[in-house]
Formats: sequence, C-alpha cells, structure tokens
Amino acid sequence: MANELILLDTWVSPFGMRVRIALREKGIKFEYKEEDLTNKSDLLLKMNPIHKKIPVLIHNGKPVRESGIIVQYVDEVWHDKAPLLPSEPYPRAQARFWADFVDKKIYDTGRKIWTTKGDEQKSATEEFIGYLKTLEAELGDKPYFGGEKLGYVDVTMIPFYSWFHAYEVSGNFSIESNCPKLMAWAKRCMQHESVSKTLPDPKKVYEFILQLKKRLGIE
Amino acid sequence: MADVKLLGTWPSPFSYRVILALKLKGIDYEYIEQDLSNKSPLLLQSNPVYKKIPVLIHGGNPISESMTILQYIDESWPETHPLLPADPYGRAVARFWIKFAEEKLSSASMIFRTSGEEQGKAVRETVEVMEILEEHAFGSLKEKGFFGGEKVNMVDLAYGVMGRWFDAIEECSGVKVIDPLKFPLFCGWAERFNEAPVIRDNLPGRKELVDFYKRRREMMLAAAAAASN
Repeated sequence: MANELILLDTWVSPFGMRVRIALREKGIKFEYKEEDLTNKSDLLLKMNPIHKKIPVLIHNGKPVRESGIIVQYVDEVWHDKAPLLPSEPYPRAQARFWADFVDKKIYDTGRKIWTTKGDEQKSATEEFIGYLKTLEAELGDKPYFGGEKLGYVDVTMIPFYSWFHAYEVSGNFSIESNCPKLMAWAKRCMQHESVSKTLPDPKKVYEFILQLKKRLGIE
Repeated sequence: MADVKLLGTWPSPFSYRVILALKLKGIDYEYIEQDLSNKSPLLLQSNPVYKKIPVLIHGGNPISESMTILQYIDESWPETHPLLPADPYGRAVARFWIKFAEEKLSSASMIFRTSGEEQGKAVRETVEVMEILEEHAFGSLKEKGFFGGEKVNMVDLAYGVMGRWFDAIEECSGVKVIDPLKFPLFCGWAERFNEAPVIRDNLPGRKELVDFYKRRREMMLAAAAAASN
C-alpha cells in the first residue's frame, strides 16, 4: 500500500518544525503544504475541526494532530529508522517529562518577551532564561538530551533555536552569554541535515514577528 | 519495603488517576499521603522541577505528571489490562484526547474556587468544552463502551475525574453544569465508568468529596474576600 503523507504546516512554526525534523531524520518522504493561518484551507478545517491548528500530518487520509503526538506516531510507525524515543520505560518517561516541560514553558514565556514591554518583559525574560538553565542542567555533559544521538527532547526543543534571535532582540538580552552550554547543544543539532534544512533563517523569523506585531496592533 | 510508592494527596483527581491505573493492573504499592503546605524531603527530591503530586517512585526512580506516569505504568506492566490501543493510530487518537483533557478541564476547578461573574465565566468555558467532548469524543463510543472498548483505558481515566468530582463540585458550588439532557452521551459514559469493575471499589466516597470541596470553597472564598478588603 502506498504511504501517502501530507503535512499541513507553516514555515515559521516551531511545532511544525518538530514534525519535519522527525520525518527527515527517518528519511521519510512527505508532501508539504504551507497554510495561510489568516485564511485556513478547507482541508485543514476538515482535518482538525476542534483546534483548527497546524501541524497536522495526514497519513493515508487519516489526520494525526498535535506536534508531540505526531512525532511519537511517526517514531512508532517507522520505529526501525533513527528511533527518537528510548526503548526502556524509565528513560521514555524522562523524555516525555522533559518534552512536556518544553511544551509548557518555552513558547508561552517566549511569546511574552516579544509581546510585552518594560517590567513585564523583563520578568518574562528572566523566567525564560531560568527555564533554559533548567534545560541546561538536565542536558549536563551529554551531547544531546537523547544521549549520544538526537532524541525526542532534542527534536522538541531545537526549533526554538530559530526563534532565539527574535527573543534576544525583542528582550535586549543574550542567550549565548546566559546559557553557553545550550547554545553549543543547538549548534551541534544544526550539524544534522534534518535540522539545518528545516530551521528557517533567524532574521526572517524576527521579521515575521515584527509583521505579526503590526497585525496584532502591538507596539 | 514496597518497590512501588505513590506520593499523592487525598482527594486529588490526579492522584486518583494513578491509583486507579495501579489497581486496574493489580500492582502492589505503598501510598504516602503528602502535606503540600509542608512538603516532604522525599517529594522535593523526587519532583524538584514542579514539587507537585502525584509522583510514582519505582525501584527508587521517580516519575512525575499523572499522564506520563500512566504511560510509564502501561509500558512497565504490559501484560495485564492494557491502557492504550495496540496500533499507532489508535494511540495517537487516545493521546489527542488525553492532551485535550489536560488542557481544558482546569476551567472546571475554577467553578468551585470562585463566585459571581468569575464563576459564570468558568461555567461557560466548561460548557463549551463539554459540547466539543459530547460531539467528538463521547459521540464515538458505542452505547456500552469505554474509550478502551469493553474495558476502561487511559483516556477513560483522564476523564474519570469528571464523573464523581464534577458532581461534588456542582453540589458544593450550587451550579449545575452537566445537564443530562444536553450531555446524554457523556452522562451515560460517566455512569458506566463509576460502575466499572475495580473503579467502583476505588473511587472516593461522594459524601466525603462533597464535604471536602465545601470546606475548600469556604476557605477560598473567605481568603478572596479578606484579600479584597
């Protein structure tokens, strides 16, 4: 049976990037469809009627939704190629815990940095650095969160590296000087083609945020 | 000494998800009630990131976050009572509903924490969530079924809190959110869940839950009134 894969996504979404990296790591071919989130396609509305969000992976006509869930699905279906989750239950639980931590903390706090000013922004910046430091401590001396190879937590977190420049300029701070180990990890991940081919140019991400702020009426 | 320990608080629905999973799988464990106003060294050491319950400690290894714990239990004791479907697509759908429960059910707890306009908002949000669930989630269950088919699975446990706990919250807050005429599929499922084998013997008592939430609500409203004076 032909394996038909369609990914509904947008170029700048860190959530969509997770799925693209996972598929590319495993060498899986897929059709990419860029969505205009201000004018959502009928296909997107049909495949994700509840949240109407991207990414959605459509596998032989059936939709899989939510980036973390899609990555786990891809890992289970194509389990013999570049496995992303560990095989033992305890390390798997650890990986899920840290991916969940990234999901709960990084995007929302990062968003506060570029949507607010003054004290609110300063406090969001401090909170953000705190979370990055927690991740650094978890990484420790390992080359990747997954150990010797790229794993589930790496794939979950690395897309935000393309947003770091936008956060830094907005919040007027340096992630490199606060979290050098994390930056070293990010550069290590970028040596993988699956990552370097997926992550957009950070300057383009920053331009995108400026446009989005204009549209949302934020100064 | 038990190889499996559970740090929880009574009657946290998150604790109960783990208790019910352990009971369904027939796993022996030692339950250690926590005092969250004076957190134990064991809790702080086992969950340094969030310092919250529930925490499962298996052979000395701690696992936190109730749904992560449930997936761990299912993978560590796979032979009895599977808690997720065997096929990857079925699992992706189950995980979608579990995530939905984690993100959307918190508005319900605001119902007993607040009054007046704030409570009205929490009720409206909860009803919206219920409408989605009634149509898309509970609508897919056959009449005598659970998310796990004939047996309860992890998705049923994620939503199990809504049966007896919502009932208690409604009674002590004086609001009715779950109208059986509006949500017949959910109500049918909730009744089946409360009567399911093992579940029915391990849920907290209705009266105890109502008393607990009544006291909590009084305390919270008094604290809010004092803070605004």
